[in-house]
Amino acid sequence: MLVFVIRRVLISIPVLIASTMLTFVIVKLSGDPLTYLKTRQSTVSKAEKQAFINQEAHRLWLDRSWPTQYWHWISNILLHWNWGPPVTGHDNVASDVFTAFGITARLVLVSIAIALILAVITGVISAVKQYSLTDYTTTLLGFIFLSMPTFWFAILLKEFGLKINQWTGSHFFGTIGDRSIPITDHSFGGSLKDIIGHMILPTIVLGLVGYAAWSRFTRASMLEVLNSDYVRLARSKGLSPRTVMIRHALRTALIPLTTVTALDVAALLGGAIVTENVFQWRGMGTLFLTALRAVDFNVMLGWLLVTATIVIAFNLIADILYGVLDPRIRHA
Amino acid sequence: MTIDLEVDDTQREADPDALLVVDNLTVSFPTDDGVVQAVRGVSYTVRSGEAMGIVGESGSGKSVSSMAVMGLLPRNARISGSVRFRGQELIGLDEDEYAKLRGNRIAMIFQDPLTSLNPVYTIGFQIAEAVHAHHEVSKQAALERAVELLDIVGIPYPEQRINNYPHELSGGMRQRVVIAIAMANNPDVIIADEPTTALDVTVQAQVLEALETAREETGAALILITHDLGVIAGHAERIAVMYAGKLVETGTTEEVFYRPRMPYTLGLLGSLPRLDKQEHERLTPIKGAPPSLLNLPPGCPFTPRCPIAEDICDRDEPALLAAEGTGHAAACHFRSRVADIDAAEMFGTDAADDAPEVLA
Amino acid sequence: MLETHETLKEGTQPGGPGVDKPTLTEREFTVKERKQWQMALRRFLRHRAAVVSLVVFVLLVLFAFVLPYFWHYKYTEFVSLCTQSNGLAGPCSPSLKHPFGTDSTHDMLAVTMRGTGQSLKVAFLIAAVGTGAGALWGVVSGFFGGFVDSTLMRLADLVLTIPSLALAAALAHKGGGSLVLIGLILAGVAAPYVARVVRGVVLSLREREFIEAARALGASNTRIMFRHLLPNTIPVLLVNATLLIAQGILAETALSYVGFGIQSPDTSLGVLISTNQGAVENQPWLFYFPGVFIILIALSVNFIGDGLRDALDPRQTRERK
Repeated sequence: MLVFVIRRVLISIPVLIASTMLTFVIVKLSGDPLTYLKTRQSTVSKAEKQAFINQEAHRLWLDRSWPTQYWHWISNILLHWNWGPPVTGHDNVASDVFTAFGITARLVLVSIAIALILAVITGVISAVKQYSLTDYTTTLLGFIFLSMPTFWFAILLKEFGLKINQWTGSHFFGTIGDRSIPITDHSFGGSLKDIIGHMILPTIVLGLVGYAAWSRFTRASMLEVLNSDYVRLARSKGLSPRTVMIRHALRTALIPLTTVTALDVAALLGGAIVTENVFQWRGMGTLFLTALRAVDFNVMLGWLLVTATIVIAFNLIADILYGVLDPRIRHA
Repeated sequence: MTIDLEVDDTQREADPDALLVVDNLTVSFPTDDGVVQAVRGVSYTVRSGEAMGIVGESGSGKSVSSMAVMGLLPRNARISGSVRFRGQELIGLDEDEYAKLRGNRIAMIFQDPLTSLNPVYTIGFQIAEAVHAHHEVSKQAALERAVELLDIVGIPYPEQRINNYPHELSGGMRQRVVIAIAMANNPDVIIADEPTTALDVTVQAQVLEALETAREETGAALILITHDLGVIAGHAERIAVMYAGKLVETGTTEEVFYRPRMPYTLGLLGSLPRLDKQEHERLTPIKGAPPSLLNLPPGCPFTPRCPIAEDICDRDEPALLAAEGTGHAAACHFRSRVADIDAAEMFGTDAADDAPEVLA
Repeated sequence: MLETHETLKEGTQPGGPGVDKPTLTEREFTVKERKQWQMALRRFLRHRAAVVSLVVFVLLVLFAFVLPYFWHYKYTEFVSLCTQSNGLAGPCSPSLKHPFGTDSTHDMLAVTMRGTGQSLKVAFLIAAVGTGAGALWGVVSGFFGGFVDSTLMRLADLVLTIPSLALAAALAHKGGGSLVLIGLILAGVAAPYVARVVRGVVLSLREREFIEAARALGASNTRIMFRHLLPNTIPVLLVNATLLIAQGILAETALSYVGFGIQSPDTSLGVLISTNQGAVENQPWLFYFPGVFIILIALSVNFIGDGLRDALDPRQTRERK
């Protein structure tokens, strides 16, 4: 088992390295960071302007070849934990990215957890009661969730939250940011209420992205296992229906869900971009969009590096978990 | 039509040794194209300790009828008739009640050992689980029983093997594990559904041997379902031949093998290679394919493939009627005539020159 | 030897024993195929939601591409505004004259028809290019195996480590936001998903007898890939293509929302709801109508895809209830 884990970890490293290269190319293709200078109307002479542009390009290493730039970027992170300067201003790219990441991680993780739990419950019920009213209803709902533009639903939900706030005369549902500004109640209970109030709506939006797909998957996987020979043998042994369902059907049916969930983490991070934008959270999504508009390439590189690491890490965890849950993989 | 000596159900009921009584069992499945009549009124009785074989081509309903006995058919199956175990009616029993019987009193062995075992649990766990299902014993005791069972079915180093996962064992080994599971609670009946079909020929004999050991060990009655008459010959005392969802011939192995009364049985026997026949003997295939069980036409379902069919066969489906002897019955209008015909003669081969002096 | 080899491969030899057989098998195949398609059609027709969705989808296509010729407002045409409660001129709410109301310049029904049409075009483009590229990717990868396979599949894995919205936005940033460019970018982002699925199918087909047979007859790699493997992935591709239409519409919408999608003067449903999101409170029709059309397209296509899966994937046979 230890060998299995070590091997999987080692396989992830080249994937991560390749991913940083791909990331670098994409950021390079996304635009010229100095466009803002080149298009700016200025009173200075053309030569002076060009000199300043050249100076900036030199400062940001833009006048070097791509491989040199790449190496400069990645080695600075690895050796000095220096994520490079922003195109303008003096912000620290690393701390910007990690602050934003903390905010987004909370949203994404809670959404995944809730979506997974609900998906498994409804997926299993749908499979066990195939072609029942419950099955048809959850299937229809799943399809509707799958067919709704995330931000359209987010805006709808935001309106809904505001209406409820109006009716009840409270400010429970926060629709702007991840905390109230200014924070009025500093007690633990007050903070918790504030955090939860701000989290509910975005979590529902983001959770639905995963829920729709995962409940469909659970249903299909469960149906397949319920019709399998080994479930039939388990029944013919005289195990109680409950034991057959949980120990033999559910346990085996859920194994492939680990992989699917891990693969969808990237999609959820994408969904977070939209969700955060609607609810004006200052997380990864907002950071990325601002950076992309300004072609603030070090921020984008940092963003993509963190995201890719997260996705690869989730896939690694899923791989290992798969190995723990399915002996066939472990011994392979 | 003569209704001479129809096999009497009430008489069967009274049989004190009767363990499992299947009476007029009918199973149908609604499908896209209509209702498939998989089993059409099957009746048989299994007595304690005896071994009965059910023979038929795939699709003849032999597996479906045994699944119906185990209560393992999918929910969309429509079942009617009666299955009584020690006098208790099983059809319509709820899942919890059924669970108490399964594995405990009636056990089953399935066709494909490669998919029968759950891939994520050790075989020791899966055997112990069967013990636990019906007996309040410690984990240790159940595992010890698992080791003992593996030893009985002929798996070497059972103490180590219990920690193996199914994928680490060969097909033959896995089928032995399934047999061990079936015998775990000393059941009264073991139903083996094509237990050797998915296995290599060389392994088949070993698995059958393990099955035989299991029977001796538990004293259980055996229902051996197969399309392979060779398997039946050595392991069953009585035979029921199934065709198109019905029993078409029943009797002792002797009777059915040597004095078949139904052209289909005769055809099956003719297509079996035999060492006791003369060198130039050709196999006699039955031409055609079994009928679709969807919208069966009236009449005997074997008519299109039957060389001695007459007009009546197209009109009336013959009932399973006694031919001679105690239990020998056949569903053929001409059952008395069939007795005198040889397979080669009936189905025709080039080498049909030797006399029908089939050994008696 | 080599000659026979060639003729067998192409099947052009006018007579002789080599030709009889292929034509015979071919006839058998077409007969069987027609039967399979008939069965698939019957299974599809029994999926009620899929049939209803197909009708809805056809109506949506007509709405987008035919109705504009009959509607008395054009999407380019300025309309007179209505007097608001505060006495100022502003967007009209839905009425007989403007069933979908108006925004501050145009008839919303005409604009929605235009948006639906443009969105459908993008979606079809994504589905066609994405499926095509993904199929090629998957077939080559699965067929050659080994080094080619691991390189191509690792590349797919890499693309999948980046949130596709971020990837598409980054690539679209410099391009100016034309419909074709956005479609191609989103197709490129979707291709690795298709490639994975197709590769899986090809891997299972590769060892099958008919591929062995083709190889034994001396068929070239290209021929095996495009004449034998690719046609057998069509059911999977068809299902995937429908799902890509739905995902494409949604992806284009999301991209428009974050500001990197199709740019005006061109439009799409995504552009419409993004520009009108501020109106949700005061002129809700501007926000709801385009949104409902997106849902209608995506939902109907998703159901059609589900029906196709039922119809084309014989493993998932549905028993009748």
